[in-house]
Amino acid sequence: MDFITYQAITSLLLQSAHILDSDDLSTWPDLFMPDGQYRLQSRENFDAGLPLSVMHLTSQAMLRDRVYAVAQTIYHEPYYQRHVCSAPALLMDAQGDADGGVQAQTSYIVIRTQRDKMPQILSTGRYIDHIVQRDGAWLFQSRSAIFDNDLIPNSIIKPV
Amino acid sequence: MHATIPIHPIPPDPVAQAALPAWGDAPTSRAPGWVYTDAQVYAREMEQLFYRGHWCYVGLECEIPKAGDYKRTQIGERSVVMVRERGRPGQPDQIHVVENRCAHRGVQFVRERTGNTRSFVCPYHQWTYKLNGDLVGLTFKNGVERVNDDGSTTKRGGMDADFQLCDHGLTKLKVARRGGVVFASFDHGVESFEDYLGPDVLHYFDRVFHKPLKLLGINRQRIPANWKLMQENIKDPYHPGLLHTWFVTFGLWRADQQSQMVMDAKHRHACMVSRRNEGGAGAVTQGVTSFKEGMQLNDKALLDIVPEAWWAGPTVVMMTLFPSLIIQQQVNSLSTRHIQPVEPGVFDFVWTHFGFEDDTDEMTQRRLRQANLFGPAGFVSADDGEVIEFVQQAYAANTQARTISEQDGTGVHNTDHNVTETLIRGMYGYWRAQMGV
Repeated sequence: MDFITYQAITSLLLQSAHILDSDDLSTWPDLFMPDGQYRLQSRENFDAGLPLSVMHLTSQAMLRDRVYAVAQTIYHEPYYQRHVCSAPALLMDAQGDADGGVQAQTSYIVIRTQRDKMPQILSTGRYIDHIVQRDGAWLFQSRSAIFDNDLIPNSIIKPV
Repeated sequence: MHATIPIHPIPPDPVAQAALPAWGDAPTSRAPGWVYTDAQVYAREMEQLFYRGHWCYVGLECEIPKAGDYKRTQIGERSVVMVRERGRPGQPDQIHVVENRCAHRGVQFVRERTGNTRSFVCPYHQWTYKLNGDLVGLTFKNGVERVNDDGSTTKRGGMDADFQLCDHGLTKLKVARRGGVVFASFDHGVESFEDYLGPDVLHYFDRVFHKPLKLLGINRQRIPANWKLMQENIKDPYHPGLLHTWFVTFGLWRADQQSQMVMDAKHRHACMVSRRNEGGAGAVTQGVTSFKEGMQLNDKALLDIVPEAWWAGPTVVMMTLFPSLIIQQQVNSLSTRHIQPVEPGVFDFVWTHFGFEDDTDEMTQRRLRQANLFGPAGFVSADDGEVIEFVQQAYAANTQARTISEQDGTGVHNTDHNVTETLIRGMYGYWRAQMGV
């Protein structure tokens, strides 16, 4: 993998974290393909081969529905979140794969800070991503956040 | 229904004598804050409601499909293990529930949440139990022979001659199985599961659990609130069309629907039964701030509802089985929600989503998409966990303050509408009688 590609993919990963940590999530779905998928799933279910997730959004349009819900419909204690992510391990798709995509794995910690409370680890785990190039831009075809802390501290409102 | 022989009689209740705060002259519709915070109240709840006289949820049979499969879970604060044992030739498998506590020194010997085993072996001193909880062996039961210099032997240690393995098995719980769901009780004198639910609630139980189940997965959350607040949340048909934008806007649950509130004769269990409508604006959305007129989903697949024949009318039935379980059917999404108390102000809430063995792949995917509405991140459930946390914070700071559960009056009766808090009043009437407060 050349450095330009590595840099472009790393930039996509950082952009996702940056947007999700901001106060405006509305551009986050733009990082996905129109038929892109996002999944937030416990490691317990992932390892057992069980399909249930905590969030499973199966299109870019559904991602927009989630972003709307975070801002408009799910009543919750206001909070900031903060991603800390490792450098990604990247693997080019096998030669001849039509989409010429990249598999990425990244460890993460997301810290939640609510009003009048100490920061708390909301989620920790790894991303398993399939990233593809479209019209020169690298986008998520699928992003799975597989979290180790399968006992969630109450609710999880924003995607991580 | 499978019952084991009582081996460990329940000892006298050590906390029954402890003085609890007085409810006073206030009606049952006005619960004092200390019901959510008081340590003595909580300790008596564990004894009276979780460990005697009641059936508690353990799991689904499809979670342990093969002989030797086990699942660790909780009844009240106690760790228990549900395990499948192959039946004798020609006989069905047996499901046992035993306390996860070695009879010797109390080690919780099962650490993984699920697994498969031929026996339970405590790691501390290797006491070994059959899957039904019988003690089959322990190391050095007959002591250790030492060979002396003159070739003679001396026995060192060993249990007394009258120590009988059969007297020292694991605590065996009484087990009830119905429709692929497993309940257990530490109290072998508890009434039958069918009598416990009563005919009206049993009807709605059987409506869901009518054919073999398929496990879809488990979600867990730790909610910083008293366990009863979750029972109350699902005994409160007044809130969904107010708190939850999706319910009122898309007509999944709101005050203008055909609904029935159904309780058992003791008012401890309840079913909230309703049929969805088309949503949209109307008299029922006047002044409802969560209503979003004109809100449309970008991806309608989230609410791609396909009616199923077994619904037989209602599109939603939410059941509360006291004290430990909620059973959810909301359109095509099905789950059990298990209440596991941790301390007075904390419980774990464990969601087991399921479908049916004969579901098409398309229906399985539909159930999974609709699962986005429910659980720790659900479009309509995440805010339930949030608001009951806020309730707990307030009563922890003011234990003498009281609730007002008086929508639709102060009486307790089944209703044909959902603008009511009758189910909450019913539960507290039963709770006060059980608790003696």
